[in-house]
Formats: sequence, structure tokens, C-alpha cells
Amino acid sequence: MADQLLQQVVNSLLIGSVYALVAIGLTLIWGVMNVLNFAHGDFLMIGMFISFWCYTLLKMDPLFSIPVCAAALFLLGAGIYRFIISKVMKGPGLAQLVVTFGVSIFLANLAVMLWTPDFRLIEKPLLSGTWSLGSVQLSIPKFVASVGSVVVSAAVLLFLKKTRTGKAILAVEMNRDAAQLMGINTEKINSLSFGLGSALVGIAGAFLSMYYYIYPQVGGLFGLISFCIVALGGFGSIEGAFIAGILIGLVQTLGGYFFDPAYKYALVFLVYLITVWIRPQGLMGS
Amino acid sequence: MKTFTKRQISISGAVLVLLALYPLAVSGSFAMHLMIMVFLFATLGVAWNIMGGYAGMFSFGQAAFFGIGAYTSSFLFTAYHVNPWIGLLAGGVAAAAAAALIGIPCSNLRGHYFAIASIAFAEIVRIHFNNWKLIGAAEGLTIPMQDESLRNFMFHSSKAPYYYIMLAFLLLSLGVCAWVATSRMGFYLRAIKESHDVAKVLGVDVVRYRMAAIMISAFLTAMVGTFYAQYILYLDPESVLILPISVQIVLVSMLGGAGSVMGPVIGAAILLPISEFTRVKLGFKGSGLDMIIYGTLIMLISVYQPQGVWGILQKIGRKKK
Repeated sequence: MADQLLQQVVNSLLIGSVYALVAIGLTLIWGVMNVLNFAHGDFLMIGMFISFWCYTLLKMDPLFSIPVCAAALFLLGAGIYRFIISKVMKGPGLAQLVVTFGVSIFLANLAVMLWTPDFRLIEKPLLSGTWSLGSVQLSIPKFVASVGSVVVSAAVLLFLKKTRTGKAILAVEMNRDAAQLMGINTEKINSLSFGLGSALVGIAGAFLSMYYYIYPQVGGLFGLISFCIVALGGFGSIEGAFIAGILIGLVQTLGGYFFDPAYKYALVFLVYLITVWIRPQGLMGS
Repeated sequence: MKTFTKRQISISGAVLVLLALYPLAVSGSFAMHLMIMVFLFATLGVAWNIMGGYAGMFSFGQAAFFGIGAYTSSFLFTAYHVNPWIGLLAGGVAAAAAAALIGIPCSNLRGHYFAIASIAFAEIVRIHFNNWKLIGAAEGLTIPMQDESLRNFMFHSSKAPYYYIMLAFLLLSLGVCAWVATSRMGFYLRAIKESHDVAKVLGVDVVRYRMAAIMISAFLTAMVGTFYAQYILYLDPESVLILPISVQIVLVSMLGGAGSVMGPVIGAAILLPISEFTRVKLGFKGSGLDMIIYGTLIMLISVYQPQGVWGILQKIGRKKK
């Protein structure tokens, strides 16, 4: 029993840290622009497919396609911001919510058209197999994806806190008008943040492609879960998103184990509702 | 204050007469089906508008209320032979109760947080219904055939009765929405939408009015759910409880003009023909092309028509005077 519980906790951490990386990308965009990107999960899907095609066509392992995914998603995100999102920023709030649904439907179905709705799997990734640590089984690709996600998350936090550009992003997040008066080009920061947030989810996509099924609708659930994580962690908070990501991983895995696997995602949503009821601003929000 | 001008009354009268004659003029079930879907989504949009357009609670989880309505009447009929009209009322009450339940944790949520909470709620309902054996779980419910009659809420020989019933539902919901909009409640809801805090300071019972708006909206939405079940005669969680239905409801309202009584009707009249046509013409191959066009349409509406068509029509109307 104790062994199984330990195994479940390990599983929670493995998925929770990847959730955290996905959610940090989302919270960066949300925090800087107050835009809720419903296409975030579909960006993840695109990242997974890029990794898949790099593997299939170029014999490139997912581990090496991480920079490719990051760069491609950065361009996709910045482009979608420049040509679509920026045009609704001054419009009514409802349009800002709805427009990214359009992007989401467009991308998911573009993937269906280009690559069919089939499920795909990278069959022989460089990393495979499991380590046995006592009674706990540790899948190697999941472990590397998890550690990688933590490293990338920490790097983002360091970038935001220590570099000039990072500080400019945080300044815009705190107060857009004041940042503009201080000479920060807020429009450029918007594109940059959207690109950066998308690049992070692209990296998460490359990690996930090492062990997860790849199909056009894969983003839907990841997207919804990352919304819950972001809102749970608190508006725009990177640290909050990371903690909430791990927390949601625990809820999903332990809930599925002790309660009913069919309800594991329902539990995630329920925890979200209860949390915002008690703390509408999220765990780390002010 | 006169609520309606003579001009408005005469235009509405003319439109109503045309709509009443439509089933006599057209033949072919697609033309009828299309108009039924326009009325259906117009009604759903009007119901959404009461909480979204007036009170600023952007719900992306209306499919939950729609599904609860459809399931309540269908379950009561298949299990206990309860008349669907009574089932319709029961479904409305069940949805309003669910709305009250979800309204409590959401009563202080604003903006994106409310939108996410509404999706989370609808997803919980969808997952639960997919696993709830009593109501057929993922296999869904099939409504057994009955003789055709208004009492049985079932018609086989023609779609016209469904057309008239859905039109009546639309008029009813428009009446409810107009009543809310012109009443003290509508005034308070708009105040809450403008500023939650100011309304509270001025002594508006924010939670109470927000709850009332959600519950009215849920009741009307559930009513349409029962209609849909009686029209299609089959339902499962993946056809009535899914996010795309919720999104289409929001879209219809936004395209027409959120916060105006007639907005969602205009939105449905524009959007539904486009989406049904692309679905029929392009969707059969499963290529995703119809949905690519739909997604593009959403982006175009958000960028170029975020205030809604109704506002433009009104501007034109004013200039003519």
C-alpha cells in the first residue's frame, strides 16, 4: 500500500511538472496581456507534431528537436499575436475571449486536414525503459521530461528576474501605462511574451512527444487543465503556476487512484472550483 | 417612456407574419431544419445574453444546462413515462438548481475566472454523465417512438410543428429577456457589469441578482435542451454536453450584439446558415475543412465585428429617420 502510494506520488510529480511548464507559458501571456489563450493546448499539439515529423522525416530524436519546437512555436505565437490578437486588444473583452477559440478550432482542424485524426506515437525514442528504484518504477522518458520542465521553468524565472528584457516584461505585467511612460515598447513586449509563452508550450510538446500519443485533438484537455492551473496559481504568477501544476498533478493521479480513474479530470475541475470559491484570486494572487 | 416605436412594431409584425408563412412556402426538410436550428440557437443566445450580455458573466458552459434539460425530460420519459412537457419544466427546474449550485462558488468571480469556472463546471457534468449508468452513460438515451401529437411532443410526418414550437420558445425567451432588460433587475445587472464594486457600494445585492440571472438563463437553456431531445430523439453526452455547443452560443450572441434583446437572433440568422451549409457541403469527408472555415469565421467576427451586427443595423435605422 505504502509502495503503491509512493508510486502514485512519483507519477503525480512526473506529469505535474510538465503541466507546470505548459501553464507557465499560458500565465505569461495572461499576465502581460490579460488575454486568455484558448489555443494554448493546440500550440502544444503543434509542438508535438513538429517533434513527430522531425523524428519521422529527419530521423531526429525528440530530445534534439526541442530547440526546433521552441523556435517554431515562438514564431507561431508572435505571428498570431501580431496578425490576430493585437487587433482585438482594444475591442470588447468578449471578443478577446472568443478570438482564441477561433484560433484553436482552426489549428486543431488544420492538423486533421494535413495529418488525419489518427493517433501517432514516436516508436523508438532515444530515451526509453524504466529505472527501478526500490519498489518504485521510474519511466526514463517521463523522468527526463519532468526534470527538463523544471529546468526550463527555472530558466524562465531567472530570465524574467535577472535580464533587462525580462524585467521589462514584468514591468508591463505590473503596470502597462507606467511601463510605457518609462520608455518600454509595450507592443514589442506583447509580441515577445506571446512568442515566449508559446515557445515554452512548444518545449513541453517536444517533451511529451517522447511518451504521449500525438493526435490533432490532444491539446483540448491539456489546454483546459492549464487554465485551471493558471487560475489556481493566481493571475500571472509564475511561481503560483508551478505550484498549482504540481498540485493538479497530485489531484489527478491520486484522485484517479483512490476514487475512480474515469473521474480524475472531473476532480481537477472540482478542486479548481472549490479553490476559487475560497480564494477567488488564486493561491499566489494578490 | 415608450419602449417600442411604431416603426419597430410594424417591422416586427411583418417579420412574424413572414416567419409564420415560411413552412407553407418552402418544401424540403433541409430548409425547415435550417430555420429550426436558427431559432434554437437564437433562443440559446437570448438565454445566454441575460447573464452574459446584461450581467457580464461570460459563460462558456451553457452546454451543461442544455444537456441537463435534454437529459431530465428524456430520462423521466424513458424510465417513468412522464410526459415530455412536464419533463421540460422538470428539466428547467433541475438546470436552475444546478445553476444555483454553481452560482454560489462563482458569485464573486469576474472576467476570465468566471469563464474558466463555467467551462470547469460543464466539463464535470459531461464527465459525470459519461459515467452515470442510470442515464445510459456514454451510450446515451434513445427516446422511444410515440404517436405524433402536440401532447406527446413528437411529430413524424412534417417538421412544421417543431418549427412552430421552436418559434414560440424563441418568442417566449425574447419576452423574458425584454422583461429583464427593462425591469429594475436589468438596470441592476448592467450596473454590476459596469462595476461590481460600485454596484455593491450603492447597495445592490450583487450576489442575488447575479444568481437570478444565471438561474433564468439556465431554465430557458434547459427548455431548449428538451426541445432538442424531442426533435433528434437521441442524445448522448458527446452530442449535447460539449464545449463547441457552449462556444457557438457565445458566438451567436457576440456576432449579433451582446447586451441587446434582438442581437442573438440576428447572430443566429447569420451564423447558423453558414455553419450548417459548410457542414453539409464540406463536412462529410471528415477533412476538417468545414471547421477550418468556422474557426476562420470566428477570428474574422472577433476582429471586424466585435460589437455585433445589431449595433450597425440600429445606426442605419437612426440615420433613415
